[in-house]
Amino acid sequence: MSDQIVQIMDWAGILCILAGALLSFIAGIGLVRFPDLLSRMHAASKPQVLGLLLVLVGIGFRLLPAEATGIFSLGTLLLVGLFQVVTVPVAGHIVARVGYRTGRIRHDLVSTDELAERLATRRSAPDTSEDTVS
Amino acid sequence: MNTLWTVIAVLLGVAALLGTIRLLLGPSILDRALSVDALLAFAVTGLGAYAAFNRDPTVLPTLLVLSLLGFVGSVSVAKFVARRTQEDDDDEQIVLPVVENTVEGEGKKS
Repeated sequence: MSDQIVQIMDWAGILCILAGALLSFIAGIGLVRFPDLLSRMHAASKPQVLGLLLVLVGIGFRLLPAEATGIFSLGTLLLVGLFQVVTVPVAGHIVARVGYRTGRIRHDLVSTDELAERLATRRSAPDTSEDTVS
Repeated sequence: MNTLWTVIAVLLGVAALLGTIRLLLGPSILDRALSVDALLAFAVTGLGAYAAFNRDPTVLPTLLVLSLLGFVGSVSVAKFVARRTQEDDDDEQIVLPVVENTVEGEGKKS
């Protein structure tokens, strides 16, 4: 590859990694300052998906022109991104569910709580609960 | 360009520091699991920045391991919390946390 293209790819890669690091920094601030579990999860999931994908794209831009093995490391990067995108929503769902069920979220900060309404109807009418809520 | 690498390193260092603060403060164990998850994401970002800086693909398998480790860690901690609170009060019925401000049983579906 010509020198100019390599330089452009370097700059694109470093800008992607800078954006990922910036997202990590913002998530750190959010982790410390936000008041309860759900809002902290909202802050912490940004570098886990978007930041990580940006960093992987940046690594790809930097590694691709360097060596003959650059194409193999692209496969590893793709696998890392795939695993993260598949697993982060599952982990977030389970943590939020356990947090809600064990009463570790602040209900005064939630604007609408449809799950509470459904649980209330299920509690008051347990006979029809299998049809309406499952 | 070197300035940008320094900025990246400083941002990641401060982010890891803030995540550690939440890890130490965190009122519940779920907050701690969450901050460990975020710290793993910061570690993946930092290792990736290292790999990009040196043009060195050696650490890429480590990224793979770390991205799976975060999932296993937070899910197992959440399951542990759910099971422990279920054993605490042998109450299978789902109660509203607003009404009763105590820990309650995890649903059977999990």
